[in-house]
Amino acid sequence: MISELKTVCFNELPLDNGETLREVDVAYETYGVLNDRKSNAILIVHAFTGDAHAAGVDHDGAPGWWSSMIGPGKAFDTDRYYVICSNVLGGCRGTTGPSSIDPATGKPYGMSFPVITVGDMVRLQHLLIESLGISQLLAVSGGSMGGMQALEWAVSFPDSIYACIPIATTGRHTAQQIAFNEVGRQAIVADPDFQSGSYYDSKPPARGLAVARMVGHITYMSDASMREKFGRRLRGREEFSYGFDVDFEVESYLRYRGSQFVGRFDANSYLYITKAMDYFDLTAGYVSLGASLERARCRFLVISFTSDWLYPSYQSLEIVNALRSRNHDVTYCELTSNYGHDAFLVDVAEQTGIVRGFLARCERELEAAK
Amino acid sequence: MKVHDVLGRRDYALISKLIPSGSRVLDLGCGDGALLAFLKETKGVDARGIELRPEMVQAAIARGVSVYQGDLEGSLSEYPDKAFDYVLLSQTVQETRRPLMVLTEMLRIGSHAIIAFPNFGHWRVRVSHLTSGRAPKTHLFPHAWHASPNIHFLTVLDFEELAREQDWLVERRLFLSGSRRVTRFPNLRAEIAVYSLKSK
Repeated sequence: MISELKTVCFNELPLDNGETLREVDVAYETYGVLNDRKSNAILIVHAFTGDAHAAGVDHDGAPGWWSSMIGPGKAFDTDRYYVICSNVLGGCRGTTGPSSIDPATGKPYGMSFPVITVGDMVRLQHLLIESLGISQLLAVSGGSMGGMQALEWAVSFPDSIYACIPIATTGRHTAQQIAFNEVGRQAIVADPDFQSGSYYDSKPPARGLAVARMVGHITYMSDASMREKFGRRLRGREEFSYGFDVDFEVESYLRYRGSQFVGRFDANSYLYITKAMDYFDLTAGYVSLGASLERARCRFLVISFTSDWLYPSYQSLEIVNALRSRNHDVTYCELTSNYGHDAFLVDVAEQTGIVRGFLARCERELEAAK
Repeated sequence: MKVHDVLGRRDYALISKLIPSGSRVLDLGCGDGALLAFLKETKGVDARGIELRPEMVQAAIARGVSVYQGDLEGSLSEYPDKAFDYVLLSQTVQETRRPLMVLTEMLRIGSHAIIAFPNFGHWRVRVSHLTSGRAPKTHLFPHAWHASPNIHFLTVLDFEELAREQDWLVERRLFLSGSRRVTRFPNLRAEIAVYSLKSK
């Protein structure tokens, strides 16, 4: 299955900061077939550095970032469901972001790009869904920042989603999560090549962006998975170098992931999207998380992982307990995994069983209600 | 030994009889969700469960039941008052650390509570204890004292007394020996007691 990247342009998008963004492109992919009643659509929302290529293979043969979960016979079964995934607002993989051309100036936005929120990302996705003629999604699902978007969908467009599957996520960013993001941002800003974000005509702040990614990668793994994967093994040598070259496997791995990331991600997008995550707080403007989630009308499947210390289970439980306090229909499961936050991407066997069962149930109930 | 182990799927039929169609039902310690799935299919109930064991939770979700993974004694306080029509505790009241708290919470969050428990007053238990001089072991209570999940041993009389003390309204009481209904001398003859309660 070759996935085609499609693009649609919207004239304007009102933003939470009061500004309006004009001529907004959205890059998206779709898998499977939309049924006649348009009742089998599922929106997959990606994590921080993901993109629209969630499943299948692209023209270069690269698999999607959640190919293990989306496809024929998989959890999000493309023989049954019409699956949509778009690149988020502020991204750098086809959807309008700071590296896009500002129609007002003919130059890349850079730091003149407005500061965006998860709410803005979701508002843009809602425009996309409407343009596809879909009035209600069967489900919205994603992990990490994808989970935040899924939750935002549930409260911002309660009549437009039947089920919500937030995975390894939180209802609001905590001090620790903001702290890690700030380290990444400061690494980028401290790079002399950053030039206040106007680096598109010269070279990007590659060193800063790579360091930011290295920090990020540590937070996506766990103590156990790093011990298992690297231990104290040395890289290509028998003895210490007694210098600051790469000695350990783990150093080599982080450097490799950092430098690889620079080729596919824009430093300004890194700043804008991490800021959007840090601003994310479902309780803002409400007395409690429960009061905020009272707006939701959908049923929920919330999943967390035992070794995820970046978005620990207690944060999923806050969402789940807030939902239970309002008597919402919520299913919650903590899956055992050693993979840390990355578990939602790589440890999919158990996740597949419960997502499949939950979706089948939602489909049946939606049928019966009609 | 749990109620379900004795009655098999017959306890579904029994509990099903007590629950009107379309009710909102919460099953505490719902296991793999088989009872809830049965009630959903046959009675069209809004079925929810609480279960602690991860593999059971996953099995329940896979069969389309809405389950919350958590310890039942720590999980009840989140629910608002009268969130459910029926709250079921069909397996485990004798295994809970604070049974009175659990029962009181059941009647707070549910309009009705259905409780099934193995009767420690059954004559076989009494005979076992009397003749062996040891902690009783019967097919209903098969565990060695140190390996038993049962930490509170109650009889039909004990439960009746608690219901009076707490001023609960007993709507139905069913007593079973194997699959046979017992009407006379339930505290001696019933292996399983099933109560449907309501707060007055």
